[in-house]
Amino acid sequence: MSMRKVAVVGAGMTKFVRRALETGKELSWQASSMALQSCEMTMDDVEAVCLGTAPDAFDGVHMNGEYLSDGAGAWRKPYMRSYVGGGTGVFVPIQGWYHVASGLFDVVLVVAEEKMSSYYPHAQGAFLTIFDHTTERALKPNLLWIFALEMNRYMQTYGISKEDIAQVAVKNKRNAADHPSALLGDPNITVEDVLNSEVLAWPVNRLDVSPVSDGAVAIVLAAEHVAKRITDKPVWIEGVGWNLDTAYWTNRDLAYPRYVEYAARMAYDMAGIKEPRKQINIVEPYDPFDYKELHHMEGLLLADRGEAPQMVADGVTQRDGDMPVCPSGGLLGVGNPIAAAGLMKIAELFWQLRGEAGNRQVPGQPTRGLAQAWGDLMQVGTVVIMGR
Amino acid sequence: MSDKISTYPGTSLSEKEIRDGKVLSIQDQMPGKFSWDTGIAIGKYLAGLKDGVIFGSYCATCRRTVVPPRTICEWCFQPMDRYIPLEDTGIVNTFSLCYVTWDVRRIKEPETPAVIEIDGASSLHGIMHKLGEVEPQEIKIGMRVKAVWKSAEMRQGAITDILYFKPHEGSH
Ligand SMILES: [Zn+2]
Repeated sequence: MSMRKVAVVGAGMTKFVRRALETGKELSWQASSMALQSCEMTMDDVEAVCLGTAPDAFDGVHMNGEYLSDGAGAWRKPYMRSYVGGGTGVFVPIQGWYHVASGLFDVVLVVAEEKMSSYYPHAQGAFLTIFDHTTERALKPNLLWIFALEMNRYMQTYGISKEDIAQVAVKNKRNAADHPSALLGDPNITVEDVLNSEVLAWPVNRLDVSPVSDGAVAIVLAAEHVAKRITDKPVWIEGVGWNLDTAYWTNRDLAYPRYVEYAARMAYDMAGIKEPRKQINIVEPYDPFDYKELHHMEGLLLADRGEAPQMVADGVTQRDGDMPVCPSGGLLGVGNPIAAAGLMKIAELFWQLRGEAGNRQVPGQPTRGLAQAWGDLMQVGTVVIMGR
Repeated sequence: MSDKISTYPGTSLSEKEIRDGKVLSIQDQMPGKFSWDTGIAIGKYLAGLKDGVIFGSYCATCRRTVVPPRTICEWCFQPMDRYIPLEDTGIVNTFSLCYVTWDVRRIKEPETPAVIEIDGASSLHGIMHKLGEVEPQEIKIGMRVKAVWKSAEMRQGAITDILYFKPHEGSH
């Protein structure tokens, strides 16, 4: 395959909040204009726009891509919205990447937005419709069920305790205390706080879960010849991968996310990575629930099956550890405006790899990072590898 | 963060500000009624449930029995060969004790959703349902369970024709 090199050259994001005064359009514009300013570009330089946002049901707006288009700068440009559930935030930069890698466009703006607060009083009700309408929805399921069921299976399969898992929430919420956009940063939170928080759906407690949020993130992608003109610190997209497992989620192994492994293998192959544990310096796996960070680290082949909790216990995944995981603070700490949360991870790698992450900066001048998201009915994996 | 960013936009509102009318918001509802066709395979499944039988479907090429049944084998992308009546027993693959309803109301007695691997289907192949006639604290992964059905005249060809699965000591 002959593909052009593609770099991230700019990034911007809004605060992540439980409920934003701004509309989705307004949030999208704020993140987009910040991303353009960060690389001293204007909308005239942008040739196409890719937008990511999660189910229309949150917004009560049909064709949400069209609704958000003016805020995303799509006017009179090639424009497309992509959607793979929670995986969207790491898929939409992949879509932007192939727009540029293919040679079709030199500069693409990638925008991810989520406004979950519109579904009132709580976005949870909107999730009912992700279950099969004939064989599952009659049981009145809620979204917590599938996470609780998967977490319990993961714990049982490998003998993992709730304490082991709670350490992830503690790490990420503490990391988020250094993120200026974070909703739930807390430098003093402890494992006991997580274990003593309200039991929502055993084994899931309230502090095991990321918060419903509003927010937007944008990045600017450029082809090599443009990127080198714009900045002396381009961050290259070295590999991408995505994969889907069966939608019959009760017919597969819930203890191991094989679709994440397949997405990761695709990305590692493209990036020429043979030993991911040595060659990836920073990881931003999807962490809507604390156990998911561990589950995904295993699917990404960065930990042996059932061994990811030990890495957390040993401090390996701390910001100053050998393999920092979610130095941003992740969804658990920064917040989870679904599509925006995934793209936040890409923005974090961009800032980390340029040495611009401020108080969150991972030491040792990292050269390569991996971001991953996950979604649909628990069976899509999306992976992006970035390096400088 | 990036050298060029000094402030982050976005204005946080509290739930109280909405409730108290301190900020303007528009409220509306989107009622929607749907009539979903069952399709062929799920039609067979629902008709089976009405008769008190759980059907799966079998692919002879892949030697897999899946549940709920479907017309297409995901592995070989060929039609499934036949429907197979399965047992109404199985084992708990995983479960939760859920203290929140689908519309985020808190409840004292937990709901007990589970994935139940159905006897007669391939390994790790199950359906989502609920557990009953068991103390929540007694539920264990690996526990054998059996369907508790509505009476024949009350069944209407729906997943709710099975009320729940209860502990079951018998062998299959
Ligand atoms: Zn087959």
